[in-house]
Amino acid sequence: MSAAIDSKLTPKDFTSEQEVRWCPGCGDYAILKSVTRVLADVGARPERTVFVSGIGCSSRFPYYVETYGFHTIHGRAPAIATGLKLAQPDLDVWVVTGDGDGLSIGGNHLLHALRRNVGLKILLFNNEVYGLTKGQYSPTSRRGTRTPSTPYGSIDTPVVPGLFALGAGARFIARGIDVDKQGLEAVLAAAHGFDGAAFVEIFQNCIVYNDNVFAAFTEKEHAPDAQLRVEHGKPLVFGEDGSKGLRLDPRTLSLSIVDAKERPDEVLVHDETNATLAQLLLGLGPPEFPVALGVIYRNPAPRFEQEFVARHPTQMKRTAKIADALRQTSTWVVE
Amino acid sequence: MIDHNLFESDSVVVRFAGDSGDGVQLMGTQFVGATALAGKDFGTFPDYPAEIRAPAGTTYGVSAYQIHLGAGPITTAGDKPQVLVAFNPAALKVNLPSLDRGALIILNTDSFTSRGLQKAGYSEDPRKSGALDGFQVVEIDIATHTAEAVKSFGLSKSDAGRCKNFWALGLVQWMFGHEIASIEAWLAKRFASNDAIREANIAALRAGHAFGETAELGAAIPRWRTPRAKFPPGEYRGIRGSEALALGLAAAGELADRPVLFCSYPITPASPLLHRLAQMGAHGVGVFQAEDEIAAVCAAIGASYGGAIGVTSSSGPGIALKTEAIGLAIAAELPLVIVDSQRGGPSTGLPTKTEQSDLYQAVYGRNADAPVPVVAARSPSDCFDAAIDAVRIALRHMTPVFLLTDGYLANAAEPWRIPDIDAYPRITSPALDPSRGREALFERDPATLGRPWVVPGTPGLTHRVGGLEKDIRTGHISYDAANHQAMTELRARKVASVADFIPDQEVAVGASEGDLAVVGWGSTYGVLYQAVQQIARTGARVGLIHLRYLNPFPRNLGALLSRYERVLVPEMNMGQLATLLRDRLDVRPAQLNKVTGQPFLVSEVVAAIRQELASLPKAQFRAV
Repeated sequence: MSAAIDSKLTPKDFTSEQEVRWCPGCGDYAILKSVTRVLADVGARPERTVFVSGIGCSSRFPYYVETYGFHTIHGRAPAIATGLKLAQPDLDVWVVTGDGDGLSIGGNHLLHALRRNVGLKILLFNNEVYGLTKGQYSPTSRRGTRTPSTPYGSIDTPVVPGLFALGAGARFIARGIDVDKQGLEAVLAAAHGFDGAAFVEIFQNCIVYNDNVFAAFTEKEHAPDAQLRVEHGKPLVFGEDGSKGLRLDPRTLSLSIVDAKERPDEVLVHDETNATLAQLLLGLGPPEFPVALGVIYRNPAPRFEQEFVARHPTQMKRTAKIADALRQTSTWVVE
Repeated sequence: MIDHNLFESDSVVVRFAGDSGDGVQLMGTQFVGATALAGKDFGTFPDYPAEIRAPAGTTYGVSAYQIHLGAGPITTAGDKPQVLVAFNPAALKVNLPSLDRGALIILNTDSFTSRGLQKAGYSEDPRKSGALDGFQVVEIDIATHTAEAVKSFGLSKSDAGRCKNFWALGLVQWMFGHEIASIEAWLAKRFASNDAIREANIAALRAGHAFGETAELGAAIPRWRTPRAKFPPGEYRGIRGSEALALGLAAAGELADRPVLFCSYPITPASPLLHRLAQMGAHGVGVFQAEDEIAAVCAAIGASYGGAIGVTSSSGPGIALKTEAIGLAIAAELPLVIVDSQRGGPSTGLPTKTEQSDLYQAVYGRNADAPVPVVAARSPSDCFDAAIDAVRIALRHMTPVFLLTDGYLANAAEPWRIPDIDAYPRITSPALDPSRGREALFERDPATLGRPWVVPGTPGLTHRVGGLEKDIRTGHISYDAANHQAMTELRARKVASVADFIPDQEVAVGASEGDLAVVGWGSTYGVLYQAVQQIARTGARVGLIHLRYLNPFPRNLGALLSRYERVLVPEMNMGQLATLLRDRLDVRPAQLNKVTGQPFLVSEVVAAIRQELASLPKAQFRAV
């Protein structure tokens, strides 16, 4: 482990000298600020931290943090980060991806990084649109989304990132909103502390191609009724003063809304280790239901790269000599 | 009295053939082991069907194993077998056309039933139709004899039937005057935990061996005697290409003192390397089976980024998928070794058949100007040195390197004088000048143009790399026009600089100047060597130039070729090296091209050389 963790670093220490090139007003700015603050708060060391990204607006992220960084190719960041973790299992590796990079071209790699439980903090910036290529619809765009490539409205059913992650076998699934500093930073800190693949979906506003796409639950006036901030061991309540709660309808195996003041006993208590509950919560959304935010699922399991080394016959150390291996068969001598 | 059943020759070619479930490959490898112990030189060629278990008795389910053994030097598996052991009619039908005139054919007559003949597509029994006229045919009820030999072990009928390869092996061992003790020892170890199977196979082996000596037929079964090979003194072992390649990659890790991370996705015929490396953990080798070809190369790149030696491996179709990521490794200036076990194509093509299919893909196959060094192995044992070479170039110049091999090399075997690993120079990579710090992160070694390999975890040197064009000095993103020109030229010069470190091209065999240069690369080496040697012995001024380094070429190659009147390029493709020679050296070679999935025959190459020599005075240029 690193010797000197005496000097406390500040967010500025994690900010690179590179000029940030996102559109003015992009949600990415707020995420960048939160990430650098969390890195400082959790005591991360720049030289032990690596940001790996693919292609897209979000994937510019590594240039702007003062750590090691690898801006790779479209969709492949989880695979490259996996290789890095096999070489150096103790590094603090973050993958920054988007809805196109992570769920379209790179869906396969994301699936396998999650099911293997590679120790990566995977931040998926979801803005429901392709930004860098100028506004085509993405795999998270809602049906009917009109874009330059879908002038009559998109016809495919969108993927729900959290449900995809759960189906893939992810052991940590959380959600935050770009400009919700407090909520997002709590989620990022939790992801950092998770010993395995931590999947974080961040609702990120694209001011140019998909402005206000999440306004139904991110706008201040809707927020109380449209956001459910989950916390392990606490009742699943929302609305002004926590007046609404979620309960399970045992006949339909679905959630419904109850008056939390009148019938507090019926309100479900969040259990972040319960995959079935996580599935129900991840599927909620407006207009009928609030959007679940925070750590929705956390159920640790052995980390892939740790197992890779532990199960390796010599823990990746070189204990045998090639000169001997060359002779591990029948040999004969010619005089 | 002259023994008409005793044949003596410098070398002999033997082929075993049967259903893919008959254990022919195992029989072949065991025969090779005994051949080595008998002090003979050898070359082998396994030939197996694409289907794991094709329907029994059909021609497309025939699996074969060919061994060329004798005094040597033996550099091929031989053109035409003089001995064929055929376990069923289909094996006979498939292999009959390739046999030498007057060859000995040993038939397992138990399988020559009307049903067996019908499945092989014989309308008439070839033993009676005259199809075997001119061959020496020995008919033995191998299955019946095997059943008799193992009946006391209480095996099921099918388990007993599976011993027949060892019965036949016992007989063949007797024919060639080889001991069976080493095979018994192998069986004892292999089936240590299964008494019945072990003892039954040993009994079958002994019974086959005894059959040669004692059976009434014995006198009619020919025996072969070949002289021992004249090897240079040293310690020897047998080696298959995939084994040599695995050992070479692990040895490179030892020479570089870095872990090797082998990231791959299963594909024919590259998978034996994956399996072998998975057993080499104690050499600091980690094996990661990725979700697909792209993830495999990306994980290898990630491993190299983290300071390990990242290696990926595939065959043509898989390499195509890795192409974009190879470009990333070029742009990010990271070492990477891409092992390409070539096979017939395009698309899925002929997965189990050999072809020099991917020279274009390796040299030219990427978007933009994206040069990559390319090296090729030429024989099973040469895979060891080729692997070390590839890793050495990758680390020295901080670049991806292609290592071309093929299914023939992977599976073929030959004797190998065990090298002295201490005699190999250590493998190094450019290091950062510590007094300069981050200022020097992208200061390249002036000789190799490799940048310092600074890995995450190093204090004080945080920086970013990626696929976007970067400033030649700072490494920051740069869209500057002049910088892109400079970086593109730098990448070209870097790969060209490999030529400063590789040895001058030598003539492998034959004349070092004269009428005809035969130029080859990869696994055709053995055949070209025999062919050129054969013709050179007649006094013809022909030399073989066999290339290890295909990009860049050795510096002296152009001058060397200019010492010959003509150039002939035999290739198992439609002329990829010929294109490269025209492109890089303005040489206009004649071509011999073959894409049947089978290696060249020595006789084919000899004929092409003769034709080329005959046409020599007439024309300076030849349309290709």
